[in-house]
Amino acid sequence: MSAREISRRALLRTAAFGVAGATLGMGAAGRAFAAKDLTVGVVYVGARDDFGWNQAHAVAIKALKEVPGVKVVEEENVPETDAVSKSMESMINLDGAGLILATSFGYYKPFVLDVAKKYPDVEFRHAAPLWNKDTDPKNAGSYFGYLNQAHYVDGVAAGLSTKTNKLGFVAAKPIASVLSNINSFMLGARSVNPKATVQVIFTGDWSMPVREAESANALVDAGCDVITCHVDGPKVVIETAEKRGVKSCGHNASQAPLAPKGFITGAEYKWITIYKGYATDLAASKTLPNFLAGGYEADYVQNTPFGAGASPEAQKAALAAIAGLKARKPIYVGPLKDNKTGKVVIDKTYDNLDPYLDKMDYLLEGVVGSTT
Amino acid sequence: MSDAPLVTEALINPATSRAARSDFAVRLRANSEYVVIPLLALAIAAALFAIFLMAIGKSPVDFISYVWRGGFGTSFSLQNTLQRSAPLILTALAVAIPARIGLIMIGGEGALVLGGFASAALAIPMIGHVPPLPTLIVMAVFAMAVGGFWVGIAGYLRYARGVNETISSLLLTYIGIAIMNFFVEGALRDLTDPNKPSTKPLGKAYMIGTIPGAEVHWGFVFGLALCLALYFLMSRTTFGFAARVTGGNFRAALAQGLPVGRLIVACSAIAGACAGLAGFFEVAAIQGRANASLAAGYGFTGILVSFLARHNPLVIPAVAILFGGLVASGGLIQRRMGLPDATVLVLQGLIFVVLLTSETLYGRFSIFKPRGERDRT
Repeated sequence: MSAREISRRALLRTAAFGVAGATLGMGAAGRAFAAKDLTVGVVYVGARDDFGWNQAHAVAIKALKEVPGVKVVEEENVPETDAVSKSMESMINLDGAGLILATSFGYYKPFVLDVAKKYPDVEFRHAAPLWNKDTDPKNAGSYFGYLNQAHYVDGVAAGLSTKTNKLGFVAAKPIASVLSNINSFMLGARSVNPKATVQVIFTGDWSMPVREAESANALVDAGCDVITCHVDGPKVVIETAEKRGVKSCGHNASQAPLAPKGFITGAEYKWITIYKGYATDLAASKTLPNFLAGGYEADYVQNTPFGAGASPEAQKAALAAIAGLKARKPIYVGPLKDNKTGKVVIDKTYDNLDPYLDKMDYLLEGVVGSTT
Repeated sequence: MSDAPLVTEALINPATSRAARSDFAVRLRANSEYVVIPLLALAIAAALFAIFLMAIGKSPVDFISYVWRGGFGTSFSLQNTLQRSAPLILTALAVAIPARIGLIMIGGEGALVLGGFASAALAIPMIGHVPPLPTLIVMAVFAMAVGGFWVGIAGYLRYARGVNETISSLLLTYIGIAIMNFFVEGALRDLTDPNKPSTKPLGKAYMIGTIPGAEVHWGFVFGLALCLALYFLMSRTTFGFAARVTGGNFRAALAQGLPVGRLIVACSAIAGACAGLAGFFEVAAIQGRANASLAAGYGFTGILVSFLARHNPLVIPAVAILFGGLVASGGLIQRRMGLPDATVLVLQGLIFVVLLTSETLYGRFSIFKPRGERDRT
């Protein structure tokens, strides 16, 4: 009987707290808005702890929360439908968000564009190089990191870690950004180990855990002794590699805890550089840049701290490669041929940020695999 | 469950005025069972969810106040809810109609994706040559035809080959999504967009707008209209009667000489057409093109909506709006209460489990039985 009474009291207390909390919460939001604090609304397409793309953003957002005067509201698992429009509008209407960070590729057209037109006083920034200065609203914009530079560093470390000279790459779809990561990984490996080849398997979609595990296993069976990937959540690939006793390189966020024995390093975004920049600009009432894109030279990408799989010479070479990239040393030194017809597809040496490279639709010689 | 009488049936068939009155009372009493038990189930699910929230140290009162604010409380929230319920109404119909004939079809997602994709593919060569309105009409009809064909396959396999329609319709969904991906990443890909494989965009002029004065697209209105039309079809026509007889007793229907095969395929095709229409609205009102984002899970949430509505087309809109509101407020709950997105899924799952369990309660409460029949079993 006393137990029942306690539970009833607990319930009443919770309810009372709830009502009080709700009122306080709203009051606080109102005050925050009046004090011109910045509320940042963040939308993720998946879970914030996916060991991948979303986690990379969430880690940076967590750091952004530490910035004084910045309040963050987050929503995860928001699909690329009108749901994202409504989420963004809800953040603006109900939370008073002044900056929206839309972190998934498919959010941009038409959702970010339409909502940005509807709310000209709110700033929208989208994580892909899509903003067009001629057609798109001025309160929208893009930010992007050239992750292929960090994959190049992965390749350097992997090229010195392989014994079979065969590196494996599990990739989602043969689109430009994925192809650039594969090619850069191969070029990194070849820069230190001319005998290295990269064998690639495309799974066909961004998140196919079963096929990713099968692909990783197939690559190990084929003799690859370092595995890396470009899929939404690299967890399965890295875990499979670790289980098979081969080394691995990560992608998007840190997967080091998943492979205590074989992890070498990983290609990671460093979104916090960009996010802190936005917060500082808004606090100083400055106009936000519409288009930000860069790699190591802008501190937008990074490599995961070396794991147990990285030998001292691999670490040394990787650090040297990072220093080179910070000084804008080019990755694509032409002429380079594709792996299908042997045709020269990269005629000369291109700067790492050259837009020509954004249109990549080929795999270079040194990569084993096909885009079709 | 598919032979559940409908509440409004009590209002029809008056014999004489006195008999009608007592008849009405009896029917009202009997039919109130179908209102009271689901409401009870909802209340129990809510209570279980409240315990869950308290267990993780959150306040259920907060939760309810945020559902209200995020789903219904402001004009923006309400429109958000209605917009989100629009595809759910149509995909719920895709489950409810086959359920009337005794089939558990869960292939709405595939029909939605293929219907949407087909309408976008058909529209591309028409843009610029045919005015928007006829284009949209042709797109809608084609989307319904493709969706109807797709779920119709599962119906045909059920009748002709005895293949379990639940499994086949689910598997057809994955084939449907794969077919769309195949074309969107291949022959029909818009090459100007190197990173997100999609068909060419329709362009603003060829998109169906929102209902005047609101930010809710026309899919909501068509969904409501279809609910009424299909309620009429299934309850007031010989077709619907024959379908319900087949659902009630397959052998009896065969023995009566009903065209069972045609009925099954027709009901499946109607279901697919509803989901295909939902796909058309996703393309023509929301996405403006077909791509992998069409597979957003509306087809699967529709299953839940239909079961909660006891496969009654007239109840589907109310349930769809309830779910739309839950999903619409899910964002606010994540943001204000710091709860993960899965919280709303926990609630949906609880509702579904309690509801299915409550099925065993029907006919157990004597209060719902007519007085004279209480002693009978």
